[in-house]
Parts: sequence; C-alpha cells; structure tokens
Amino acid sequence: MNFETIIGLEVHVELKTQSKIFSPSVNAFGTAPNTNVNPIDLGYPGVLPVLNEEAVNFAMKAAMALNCDIATNTKFDRKNYFYPDNPKAYQISQFDQPIGENGWIEIEVHGKKKRIGITRLHLEEDAGKLTHGDDGYSLVDFNRQGTPLIEIVSEPDMRSPEEAYAYLEKLKNIIQYTGVSDVKMQEGSLRCDANISLRPIGQEEFGTKTELKNLNSFSFVQKGLEFEEKRQEKVLLSGGQILQETRRYDEKTKETILMRVKEGSDDYRYFPEPDLVPLYIDDAWKERIRKEIPELPDARKKRYMEELDLSEYDATVMTNSKQMADFFEEAIAHGADMKQVSNWLMGEISAYMNKHLKELDELAITPEALAKMIQLIADGTISSKIAKKVFAELVEHGGDPEKIVKEKGLVQISDEDQLKEIISNVLDENEQSIIDYKNGKNKAVGFLVGQVMKATKGQANPPMVNKILLEEINKR
Amino acid sequence: MEKISKDQVKHVAHLARLHVSEEEAAMFTEHLSSIITYAEQLNELDTTNVEPTTHVLDIKNVMRKDEPKQWITQEEALKNAPDHKDGHFRVPSILE
Amino acid sequence: MALFDYTIKQLEEKVHNGEITVEELVNASYERIHEVDDEVHAFLTLNEENARAQAKELDKQADKTAALFGMPSGIKDNIVTKSLRTTCASQFLDNFHDPLYNATVVQKLSEQKAVTIGKLNMDEFAMGSSNENSSYEPTRNPWNTDYVPGGSSGGSAAAVAAGEVLFALGSDTGGSIRQPAAFCGVVGLKPTYGRVSRFGLVAFASSLDQIGPLTRTVEDNARVLEVIAGHDAMDSTSADIEVPAYTAALTNDVKGLKIAVPKEYLSEGVAPEVKASVMEALKVYESLGATWEEVSLPHSKYAVATYYLLSSSEASANLARFDGVRYGVRSENADNMIDMFKKSRSEGFGEEVKRRIMLGTFALSSGYYDAYYKKAQKVRTLIKQDFEQIFQDYDVVIGPTTPTPAFKVGEKVDDPLTMYANDILTIPVNLAGVPGISIPCGFAKEGLPIGLQIIGKHFDEATVYRTAHAYEQATDHHKQRPQLGGAK
Repeated sequence: MNFETIIGLEVHVELKTQSKIFSPSVNAFGTAPNTNVNPIDLGYPGVLPVLNEEAVNFAMKAAMALNCDIATNTKFDRKNYFYPDNPKAYQISQFDQPIGENGWIEIEVHGKKKRIGITRLHLEEDAGKLTHGDDGYSLVDFNRQGTPLIEIVSEPDMRSPEEAYAYLEKLKNIIQYTGVSDVKMQEGSLRCDANISLRPIGQEEFGTKTELKNLNSFSFVQKGLEFEEKRQEKVLLSGGQILQETRRYDEKTKETILMRVKEGSDDYRYFPEPDLVPLYIDDAWKERIRKEIPELPDARKKRYMEELDLSEYDATVMTNSKQMADFFEEAIAHGADMKQVSNWLMGEISAYMNKHLKELDELAITPEALAKMIQLIADGTISSKIAKKVFAELVEHGGDPEKIVKEKGLVQISDEDQLKEIISNVLDENEQSIIDYKNGKNKAVGFLVGQVMKATKGQANPPMVNKILLEEINKR
Repeated sequence: MEKISKDQVKHVAHLARLHVSEEEAAMFTEHLSSIITYAEQLNELDTTNVEPTTHVLDIKNVMRKDEPKQWITQEEALKNAPDHKDGHFRVPSILE
Repeated sequence: MALFDYTIKQLEEKVHNGEITVEELVNASYERIHEVDDEVHAFLTLNEENARAQAKELDKQADKTAALFGMPSGIKDNIVTKSLRTTCASQFLDNFHDPLYNATVVQKLSEQKAVTIGKLNMDEFAMGSSNENSSYEPTRNPWNTDYVPGGSSGGSAAAVAAGEVLFALGSDTGGSIRQPAAFCGVVGLKPTYGRVSRFGLVAFASSLDQIGPLTRTVEDNARVLEVIAGHDAMDSTSADIEVPAYTAALTNDVKGLKIAVPKEYLSEGVAPEVKASVMEALKVYESLGATWEEVSLPHSKYAVATYYLLSSSEASANLARFDGVRYGVRSENADNMIDMFKKSRSEGFGEEVKRRIMLGTFALSSGYYDAYYKKAQKVRTLIKQDFEQIFQDYDVVIGPTTPTPAFKVGEKVDDPLTMYANDILTIPVNLAGVPGISIPCGFAKEGLPIGLQIIGKHFDEATVYRTAHAYEQATDHHKQRPQLGGAK
C-alpha cells in the first residue's frame, strides 16, 4: 500500500516589542534570571493586564504579510492549565476570534510552486522558562513570561518533510522582512511543533496524527518528520494503529521518542478574559499597518529579476533573507557592480557565515566596504587573489578596504618598468625554463608566472605579468 | 440521580489541582449536584437570540504605549517565594 | 465622647483648627481596637507602628488640606498593601507579608493622607455572606456578637460600626459591601463597575468585583468615593469618565425624584419587619416630595443561579495562581510538582473556596460550557436589560438590601444554597454593573439593623448619594450606636 503524508505546522514567533504584551517589563533575551519581571508577570494577587498596542500592530503586520484576513472584532481569552512556568495558571490567548485568519504563503520545492494555507494567527503571551535539574528540582525564570507571541497554525497542506522545511524557510523569511521578530530558532524567538499523519493514497479522511515537539532547528523538523513518516508507515504496513501521541525528536539518536499519549483533547476551559476589553480594528487602523509593511521577499525577487536583470537563481538567493537583500541593495547603492556583489554574497560571504554559523549582521564587513573592495578590484588596485586577503580582514575586523590595502602593502604592482625589472631577474635565474618554453613546453610559462608572483608576494598585476613575460622571453 | 458523579467530581478536582479525599468527594458531589440542579432553572428562559455579557460596560480598545519600565529587583521578585535558588524560583520536579 | 461619632468633615475642622491632632485620632483608633476587637475580631493585621509614625509626621505638616488628612481607615484584606501583610483571610496567604505594591485605591488614600490602621477580616477570598468563611477568628456583629456581621466585607462593616476606624474599604462582588453594611447598620456603597480601579484588589470575579467605601454617614461615604474613584491606566476595565464632586450632590432635595420599587424585592422571602421598614422609608420619601411606583425586574429570580455560575467560573481561574511557586504557603508534604500544586492548594484553601473553584471548573469544562457558563452570560444580559428598562422611567430603584436582618453565627453554614439565597437582592446590581448603596433604615426586634438599598443608573452615584442622604437627614437611624466593650 502506498501512503500520502499529511503535515501541518504550528509556529510560535516572539515579537520584538520594547515591553511585554501585558506589562511594562523590558522584553529582552539573555538577561539574568527574574530581572525583567514585575508583579504582573509574576501573577501576583490583584494585578491586571493592560494590552501593549505595539504587540497588536506587530501581530497585524505579520498576519497581513501572510495574506490573512484581519479581524474587525477580536478579543482575548483565558486558557487554563497549571504549570510552574505559567504564573497565573492561565495563559492570555485568543480562542474563537483570532486576529488573523485564512492566510497563505507560496513555497517552491523542486521547481514546483505550491500554496500552503494558514488557518489562523493569534496573539498570546509567552510563558516563563523551566530548567529541569537532576536533583529532584526544577528552576523557573519568568523573564520570558509575557513576551508577546504570535501562534501561526498552518492548514494540513504539506505533503512531505521537504515541503515543511520550505514552508518554515519562507515563513521565517516573510516574518523577518516585516521586522516584527528576530525569528531566531536558537534563541527561541521562533519555535515549531509539527503534526504528521499518513493516509492511503486516494483516501479522503485523515489518518491519526502524532505531534512532534522539541524541534530545535529547521533541519531537525525535516529529519524528525522523515523519521516519523517512516515509523508510521512501518506501523501501518504491519497492521498496527497510530496513537494520538506527542513525540519529541532526539538529535543524538535521530529518532522520535514518545512523550505522552493524549487521552481525549486537553480541557483548557477557555473563556473570555474579563480583565481585557474587546478590540475593534477599524479600516483606518488596518490601512495604517498595511502601509508600514515593507516590500516582501517575493516582490523583491520579482523586482531584482525584472529591474536589475538578475537571474532567477541569483534573485532567489539575494532575497532569501532580508539581511542579504538589504546588504545587496546597499552595496549597489555605493556604486558596486551588481553581479560582483551577488557573487561575493553567494560565495565568500555565505561560505564564511556557514563555516562560523553567523548571521550576516554579525559580520564586521559593511555593504560600503564590500562595494569599495569590488571597486579596488575593478580599477586594478588589487588582484582578485589579494582581494581574498582584504576580505579576510574585513569580515573579521571590518574597516576601510583602501586603508587595509595601503597599510598592509597589498597594492597591485602595475608599473611596467618595475614589472620588467622583476621579470628580468626571474628570467635570469631560470634559464632552463626559457629553453623548455622555446622547446614547446608551454607549462614553463606558468612556472615563471608563479615565480614572479612569489617575488612580488602575489601583488603583481597578473595580466600585465603574462604580457611582459612573453615579450621578455621572446626577446631572449 | 445526582447531576454530577463522584468520578466527575474527582476529575474536576484534578483539573483544578485540588486534592480531595473520598469523604470530600462525596460531599462535593452532593453540594455540586444541588447547586447545578438549582442552576438549571435558567433553562426556563429562552436565550436563543440573547447575546452573552462578558463586560457590563461597552469599553473597547484599551491599550498602553510600548514603553518599558523597571519596577522591582530580582531580590524583590523572589522575596515571597517558598523556595528559590540562584535567582530562580525552585519547584519539585514533574516526575515522581 | 467617642471620637468616631463625628463625621470626617467635623474631624477635619478639628484638625485644621488645632483642636485635635492626627496622633490623637490614631491613638483613639487603636485604643478602641484594643478595647473591643477581642469581641468583634474585625482586624487581621494591625499597622500600628507605621500608622503612629505617619501620624507624627502628618502633625508636623503645615498643609493639612488633603481630602482625608489623618483620617484613620481600615482596608479589607483582599486589597493589597505594600509592606503590610495581605491574607484575604486565607491560610494560603498567611505568610504574605509584602505584596510588593499598593493597590491603586490604597495609593489614592495615601496621597490624600489617610492613615491605614490595619487590614480587615473577611470571608476567605471574599467568598461568603457571614464572615464565617474567614480562616481566622470570624468577625462578629457589633450589635450582637451572637450574630454574623455579614460578608464578605464583614470586618470592614463591623470596624466602622464598632467605632474602630472612621471609614473602611470593602469589595462587593454579589453584595459583599451592602449586605454587611445592612447587617452592621452602616453606609456601604458598591460603585458602578469601572468607577473604582480594581488594580490591587485580589480578584474573585473580575467582571463583577468593585471596591467601595463603608462609613457611618452618607456624606463620609461620598467623600471617600471622591478620593478612590476615577480612571486608572492599570485597569483596562476602569472607565475614563470624570468623577463628579459627590459631596456637592448632597442637596437634601429629592422633590420630584422618581423611585421604582420592584415587587420582586418585597416578595415572600422578605421578612415582615424588613418589608415594614422599607415601606416606612418610602413614606419618608413621599413626605420629602419624591414619588414611588411598583415595578418589576422579571429576571431577578434567576440572578442567584446566574451569579454563582459566573462568579465561580471566573474565580476558578482567578484563584489558580495560588499554586505555591511564587508566594504563599507551599505544602511540605509533596514530592513532585502536581502533588505540590494539589496539596498546597488543598491545605491553603477553606471548604467554601474549594466548593466554588470546583463549581467554576465544572461550569467551564468541556461539554458544559454552553449549558452553564454561556447560558449564565446570556441571562446576565436579560438581568442587565431589566434595569435599563426601569431606568428609562425612574431615577432610582429602592428596596431592602437583604431579605432578613443578620442571622446567628452557625445558623446557615451547613447549607450553601440557603446561604447563597441571602444575596438575592444585592446580586442583580453586580450583574447589571449599576451602583447600589445600603443605608440604615431601622431595627429589627433583636436590636439588629435593617438596610435600605438604593440603586442608581450607571455612573450616577451622585443621585444615589443624594437620595440616601435626604433620607438619612430625615431620620435618626444612623445616630444609633451598638453597645460594645463598655464604651458608649
């Protein structure tokens, strides 16, 4: 029997407002435990929530960028459950009137485009952080409590782990473009749970799904789903049944492991939050937010192809992250050749980022510096080879390429007389090579060029070296 | 017949994280049943076209500006904690 | 002379002209407490050292114009006070010595230089109508200590009635200010929902709770409300509506006032002597030039059921935060997290609190939400509409505050439903969100006070006060004093 895989994703994204969603505490990552908290975050008796307007604006912005319909009447509800990181024992969330509904994004896998539906996007508060010790105790830090969060629930539209990966990449990219979140999985500002089920091809009804949690990177999402896809298939083929359960992906064993079997649905006893009044989002408000949404990746890609004449491949890579696209445009604005900029971004810069696991904005090199460096290559001040040295300096420590070139004495030798003298010396010391060349061994030229480069520490202008070298050999 | 069973009472107690003895479960079964029976007089009213009231006043869109403010210190945050360690609140583990 | 036979205005004059010091006022308060509180049990925590220090400071000040300058007050123990223990009369919060912040009302009292004498007893987490649900020694009725003072603000009403403080703050979710005010023969107002900030009021039922003043006279009451009322950015449900000068509304003029008297409020469950007192009061109003007519609030009889479903549901969530993680008393008998939650809560909460949490959890649970919680929300709409209807034609609604005067300690503790029925006349007011006041309107056979309830339109506390004040000035009930501890 052949099966079809059905995948739906639930993504949580932290919004980078200045303060928390229901309290004025600082919204920040990585500070000492329980320092960005106040009695409201700690669920002290008598405290009340007051909604942060910016959190609503950000959620609307994200929802619009994901093509959602924005609710006109919306409200908050209490979701009741006990857990040490949930200080009120209810989370303020949205139940039946989410801020956004019926959205979609377009993904591309193996050259095929596909629309993935977004069921809903709602606004809620994040919980604190629980660390489990091995001494029988757990520790709670409430700094994260109250961070504004949007939960984005997809339709079960994905048919392979690859599509799930593409969906996450695209979602992350779009959200990043809107500027409402850092969407950094390693800092937890983007988190993902996945639902997966299998059904015999041709069957309309969905099979029983399992939920995957603890997915700490996009590639683990894909790997976890791939494992789960195979596991479920095996169970079904052997006549077994899939249970509705929550599983986690173990990065070491590369397997999914059972966390708990769900008995019925959880009873969260949602009811309207009496401490917060309803929201009425009129057209003027919606329009104001819509105007703030910057050009999104698909539109930008199209522009790069149509107006800048970039290839589809280059345009895709250039718009894959907002940082990349912004860097690209800024470098061009400083006068650098477009093709050269994209080559550097896709080549050396991407390689460096991958090697050091860094984001573009964490590198010391600025778009202006890259543009200058490209200019120095173009006007022959430095060779491409030397440029790599300059780049190494720029990417680590930043600075002005011209200064680096001067200070390190990296300027290309293009003076004809100077080169003639150097080449003469090299030829004097390598008479055998001249003979070899004259006997038809063209390779000998390569050797001689290498000697010239060695003598000039690689600073000789290569085309000129070639030209003068041949002239000088032929003179002898 | 009771409106709510003893097993239901125990389930509700678990949801509410209350520990109830057999004796208490029996008492709550009786009390809740009589209260629920009493509450069912509401079914005399046809409320098909009645909007539910969550807020008695018609107030909308109450929001604050996104301005952070420091209020209490870590020491104060932990001041009333039954147990704390290294700047964290400390609780028994989930597992037994 | 008992100091607290004077009104705030009279004492203010004495302070202003140097006839009396704040220190003397505060002394008088503590003397009275030490004299009678062993009988009354109105206080859970005293703020004696701080209050005396504050009094000395105030006496040094040249500017004595603050609205409540030096006036001794008591705060119900579900209103949080920075650095002053706040227990909600619950064992769970027995060790809650510093809630870290002041409730907005406490802040406002402090800005107007009132002196906090201490924290007042109540039914645990404001759930109850007799104070017998306090996890400490329950408050007794100062008029007869065999009787309950009412609840849940029983400590607030008793402290004012016993002359321990000049005024007190209470909270009212289903009658918790008005009912004890009636039982203790004092003036208690539940303001319009949204009139007074709830920030710092330990929530029982968020959509119903309001803080209000308990005082000996209507004028004092109006003065305290002027101080505590108003919009608060920390409470999203507080109304951004200007606070009128309530004391200026006390004109004694009720000519042409249109009074509605709901027949449901004088029906069979109401004791004959209570009904008689109310009818007597209506005659007084007639003599003052007001008119009254019988009307109907047809959905009143559903109010108690509606209230218990809604308030318990909200309470089940509001009280879930008491889990033993961040504050309060954690059970020492637990070895895992769930056990810690369950045992801390079960050991910390009293029976009535547990019962309501159970009821509320059930009413919200899957499969029952529509039948109970949502149904009750819809009936709430009908009850609210009843009042809107009446207020199209009338200025105020008048009836008794409670069906009977205070009952005996222990009389109703075994049957929750009978106890709940006691609030039948006060509950509809909370469901509709309108303001209501209870003022003394006579005495029953055993010498126990009877309360008259006056209900007004949304944000029309001024008319409620004017109506109450006119009656008070035309009668002498408010001049009666309970016989306690020998001081007359």
